[in-house]
Amino acid sequence: MSPDTPPLDPIFGRLTLDAIPYQEPILVVTFAVVALAGIFAVGALTYFRLWGYLWREWITSVDHKRIGIMYIVLAIIMLVRGFADAIMMRLQQAIAFNGSEGYLPAHHYDQIFTAHGVIMIFFVATPLIVGVMNFVIPLQIGARDVSFPYLNNLGFWLTAVAAILVNVSLFVGEFSQGGWVGEPPLTGAEASPGVGVDYYLWALQISGLGTIIGGINLLATIIKMRAPGLTFMKLPIFCWTSLCVNALIVLSFPFLTIAVTLLTLDRLFGTHFFTADFGGNPMAYVNLVWIWGHPEVYILILPALGVYSEVAAVFSGKRLFGYTSMVYATVSITVIGFVVWLHHFFTMGSGASVNGFFGLMTALIAIPTGVKVYNWLFTMYRGRVRFEVPMMWTISFMLTFLLGGLTGVLCSIPAADFQLHNSLFLVGHFHNVAIGAIVFAMMAAIDYWFPKAFGFRLEPFWGKLSVWFWTVGFFVAFLPIYVAGLSGVTRRTRVFDDPSEQNLQILFVIAAIGAFIALLGVVFFLVQLFVSIRNREALRDTTGDPWNARTLEWSTSSPPPEYNFAFTPVVHDVDAWADMKARGYSRPSEGFKPIHMPRNTATGIVASVLLLIFSFAVIWYMWLVAGVSFALLLLVLIGHTFNYNRSFHIPADVVARTESERTRLLAQQG
Amino acid sequence: MTTTTTLSHAKDGEAPVFYLTEEHDHDGHSTVIGFWIFLMSDVLLFCGLFAIYAWLGGHYANGPSPLDDGHGGQLFHLPVVAVNTVIMLASSFICALAMVETRKGNVGPALKWFGLTALFGVAFLYNQVTEYGHMAEIGATYQTSAFLSCFITLIIAHSFHVLTGIVWVAILAVQVLQHGLNPANERRAVCFSMFWNFIDITWVCVFIFVYLMGVLR
Ligand code: HEM
Ligand SMILES: [Cu+2]
Repeated sequence: MSPDTPPLDPIFGRLTLDAIPYQEPILVVTFAVVALAGIFAVGALTYFRLWGYLWREWITSVDHKRIGIMYIVLAIIMLVRGFADAIMMRLQQAIAFNGSEGYLPAHHYDQIFTAHGVIMIFFVATPLIVGVMNFVIPLQIGARDVSFPYLNNLGFWLTAVAAILVNVSLFVGEFSQGGWVGEPPLTGAEASPGVGVDYYLWALQISGLGTIIGGINLLATIIKMRAPGLTFMKLPIFCWTSLCVNALIVLSFPFLTIAVTLLTLDRLFGTHFFTADFGGNPMAYVNLVWIWGHPEVYILILPALGVYSEVAAVFSGKRLFGYTSMVYATVSITVIGFVVWLHHFFTMGSGASVNGFFGLMTALIAIPTGVKVYNWLFTMYRGRVRFEVPMMWTISFMLTFLLGGLTGVLCSIPAADFQLHNSLFLVGHFHNVAIGAIVFAMMAAIDYWFPKAFGFRLEPFWGKLSVWFWTVGFFVAFLPIYVAGLSGVTRRTRVFDDPSEQNLQILFVIAAIGAFIALLGVVFFLVQLFVSIRNREALRDTTGDPWNARTLEWSTSSPPPEYNFAFTPVVHDVDAWADMKARGYSRPSEGFKPIHMPRNTATGIVASVLLLIFSFAVIWYMWLVAGVSFALLLLVLIGHTFNYNRSFHIPADVVARTESERTRLLAQQG
Repeated sequence: MTTTTTLSHAKDGEAPVFYLTEEHDHDGHSTVIGFWIFLMSDVLLFCGLFAIYAWLGGHYANGPSPLDDGHGGQLFHLPVVAVNTVIMLASSFICALAMVETRKGNVGPALKWFGLTALFGVAFLYNQVTEYGHMAEIGATYQTSAFLSCFITLIIAHSFHVLTGIVWVAILAVQVLQHGLNPANERRAVCFSMFWNFIDITWVCVFIFVYLMGVLR
């Protein structure tokens, strides 16, 4: 806000009609499609009278299973958006050689790579892992719910409104052009006076808040709500990785909050944290953001490694090899993950010893990670490996991850990194792990736990096609990118000037083809969902244990009843359910008691929507709206504390009826 | 968690116990640990602010510095700060007294001490506002230098916590009057006292690392 700007409109602030990009055909078409889809969805919901159901059973639900599913649905929708961005970039880069400008102006291209990064990290990968953790953890530890069901719902809605905020920026104003970590001074008030960076900052702020809340909740859940007998050294590996991840969330996200808040202050109030003048220092931001950012990549990868551990054991028909070493490896990765952040800017010039330390620490992480890979291999060794879809994802992961891990260690050598920093080699490396480890794991997780969540399996044929297309697509899309990076091509580049004899363009054309192959992987996954829903009767799972699995979630019905377990399980061994099956567990059929459960609440969504309005208002300097929505937000949050009636009992006869229905189904099985 | 009797392993020939037959209501069993985890993340928030202060706090950009406000005086007035520190520490002590009464279930005395805690909080905030109002008057503001940006943000972050605490205890008082010291309210009181002690400790850190070291530097 420089002094010579005209006075702001009291209601609309700096929001004017010019903010709507109706001259840009791509955006107009996108808007039309989104609007049509929206109208269609609203129409369908109204026609089938589903609003009440949606509100009662999903939107206000505090059931961890429902919330987990909502996270995953959000992530899949955002994956489509993020992928569309990826395809646009790939096309642009394949064209923009030899004097061609491509089809995207710089202003637009820069927003796309920023939006792609932000969406993929914050609104695809994060909600996927949080969703899977939410669904799985309470079931695996034999609990009926999480520690803070209301906060769980609130955390989801905060994430969802942050995603909405990013998408609003597509049609009202613009998005940041500063890359996914938004480093100043490029994102400062002088270089980026527009609303793009503000959208970015508020989206991160709100989703960060949601993630911290979720992290506190799941951490408390794992610590306090484990079934009797389930000591830490009997905890399923997925829960162990989740425990570490949620600790990482609680320990690292505050730094994101600070980085984002201080940059917001710089932009709104003219403070001098990260400005180049008046004593500010942009590198302070870079440090803060990566103190969060590196743990964040482990936050994403550890649950993925947990999923592979579960899948490898179940589909090899064996106990996981080296359980204890797996736990120690997980904990070491967690701890070391906190002292490597500087590898993101070796080129800052901290000197040889500092760079050496951080480089060494980074390379060290390869050791516990290697331990894990060997453990999976030994789990498969001499097992009866069943090539179901989750297992295929796992095997594809092991191959892909090997390459990603090796290039990561390459980047960890400071001397090499001076060349690789900000090159496409780095882009190749992090997509190698983001896709090969995180996305593949989440696809495996969806395939693996889908029958638990919905009571029927996913059609394997399309799932296998998805595995193949994603895998091949990844290699075709990113091997050329590694090569381009080694040849010195920098990242975030819109047009190429290539006077060399190498003809680098061909690399980008191949990469674009690869992106389309991977796109088919996404499409086949969606087809798989569609086909499976249509054939759900044939794919029905009445046993509750379709994979002959090993952990507690498979001891209850599919989908589990609202209360998960009619009686709290007692655990004696790692792989509690395998133990129960081996030692003649018989399902109780009487003596049911009323079960104590949390009540639904609308506070989560109301508060989140108010926060959305507030942030939108602040972005556009609509101070009146901001003030009113903030006051309302406080009222709603405080009002919620006056509600003491937060739980109810499911009557014993309802439990008995639900359980006898299951008994009937199991009997039919024979 | 349950007693160990339910866990006792199966004797020979008997099938092991695989589930509990009793139900336990477990309202609020995680509240305190959850709040504690939240406080840890709040601690880190302040760690970040202190780290930034440590880095940029010496960058005065030719503006005021702790010992020189540019008008022949000092920017940091240690006596005022010392008084505020005493107020903060005393309020923590009073809050502890309130907790003793809460544990005994004495609504009246508990509310009296909680009220006094809040009152001390208000006094603290009053001092803060006059102190920083004075700085603003002599032109030592947020925009002046990185030092002042860091310093004022740290102070505002802390004051904001104090304000939250005051509002919280006021709401809690209303709720205790409505429902008495039931288990839910008692848990809230415990969380509040943790929060208040945390604010207190943070202030002591501000006092030592910012004021004392600022004046010594
Ligand atoms: C096949 C799928 C994908 C393709 C084709 C793709 C393509 C791209 C491209 C072309 C860029 C810009 C590179 C440059 O700077 O020149 C990029 C950046 C990025 N991508 Fe992807 N991507 C894919 C999937 C993902 C996934 C799954 C994630 C994360 C979970 C991800 C995270 C990122 C991030 C963080 C950036 C950096 C953005 C920035 O420069 O600020 N991408 N991607
Ligand atoms: Cu890193």
